[in-house]
Amino acid sequence: MSSECVRIKLRINGESRTADAEPRMLLVDFIRNKLHLTGTHVGCAHGACGACTVLVDGRPNRSCLMFAVQAQDAEITTVEGLALDDKLSPLQEEFRKHHALQCGFCTPGMLISSQALLAENPNPSDQEIKKALAGNLCRCTGYNNIVCAVSAAANTQR
Amino acid sequence: MRPPAFSYFAPRTVEEVVKLLAQHDGEARVIAGGQSLVPLLNLRIIRPAALIDLNRCPELDYIEQRGDWLAFGPMTRQLDAAQSAVVRQLCPLVADALEWTGPVAVRARSTVGGTLAHADRVAELPAVAIALDAVMVIEGAGGQREVSAQEFFLGDLSTVIEPTEFLREVRFPISAPHAFTNFTEVGVRQEGVAVVGLATYIEAATGEVQKIALAAMGVDAAPVRLTSAEEILQQQGINPDSIEAATQAAREQIDPMGDVYTTAAYRKHAVGGLLNRVLHQAARRN
Repeated sequence: MSSECVRIKLRINGESRTADAEPRMLLVDFIRNKLHLTGTHVGCAHGACGACTVLVDGRPNRSCLMFAVQAQDAEITTVEGLALDDKLSPLQEEFRKHHALQCGFCTPGMLISSQALLAENPNPSDQEIKKALAGNLCRCTGYNNIVCAVSAAANTQR
Repeated sequence: MRPPAFSYFAPRTVEEVVKLLAQHDGEARVIAGGQSLVPLLNLRIIRPAALIDLNRCPELDYIEQRGDWLAFGPMTRQLDAAQSAVVRQLCPLVADALEWTGPVAVRARSTVGGTLAHADRVAELPAVAIALDAVMVIEGAGGQREVSAQEFFLGDLSTVIEPTEFLREVRFPISAPHAFTNFTEVGVRQEGVAVVGLATYIEAATGEVQKIALAAMGVDAAPVRLTSAEEILQQQGINPDSIEAATQAAREQIDPMGDVYTTAAYRKHAVGGLLNRVLHQAARRN
């Protein structure tokens, strides 16, 4: 294989998708520019901010630190995969209720990291929530409302 | 920014990895979890002609007990190692350190071998490898060779792995059943970059120290054993007086650098502070 375009096939939010990409194309750029799912944001593009976090085979990953070619045959979930049709997921609903976002740039990453936490630990303490979100930077909220929203979503889901 | 173009190879076996490395004669980089390498590519700090991706080699992902050693395949994800009951039981210091290696989204992808081969001066597992005298297995076209952790790390981002070789395995010695282990660090923020860190391993009974290993990171280009502090504690046992003496000795032994995060003086101070706190914890346990 060389630096020529590669055909990449993967499943994203339950749907099989195929597109071509150079090996150097980051997964996040593939998702945004090739698959036209622009909910996932690119913040720093070097793994510092967490805005681009998506689930890869069920685990949170920074999609700016993976190449699209490495996601060949993977199962990806992005923020677009959280809502059920037009209805917000319980987690998204609690983010709205608790004002857990202002500018919204970090929100896709915050939601995906929180979703991953709740899947593994349905009843997290505030400390566990903070630890799970420590890799996601937010410059607006001061984090407090985000922690409240995740905690409330855990209560709703129980 | 985005990476420069490179050729991409995803070998399925170690045999193919070795062949590809030889073919590229030093122009290729091996990629494991990529959590340190991809930022360097995105920022165009490195521009390798080719990437050889180990993520499609299932034979490189394992944790196996072999006699007195616990062997890790280099592609063992840090999150898997951190959650492994075997690692917690047999190599608790490795499990302790993996609590500090970054947010979950990083640890889900980053690997045990990757962080050792990358050898960042403020990475946690290299300090554990130095503390425990881990053994690194390096493989290339000429076969395998074993190197002690002391010989393995040459400095910041530098190891004895040749450009046509890769890290094939790391072995940590199995801990004594009642050993005290601790990993702690000071960072710029929770789950952020470390400023200094300390790996501690102590075998002690009724105040007498049978074995002690203290390795500090962030104080030199590679992790260092705090040998003068170790000697004091070995001779005097762990008590309030020896703890004070060891703290002073550790601060005197190291000669850290200042950088954008903090000063050399703070690093000296912080290493002493971490050591003091950990030794008091160890003393309370004995």
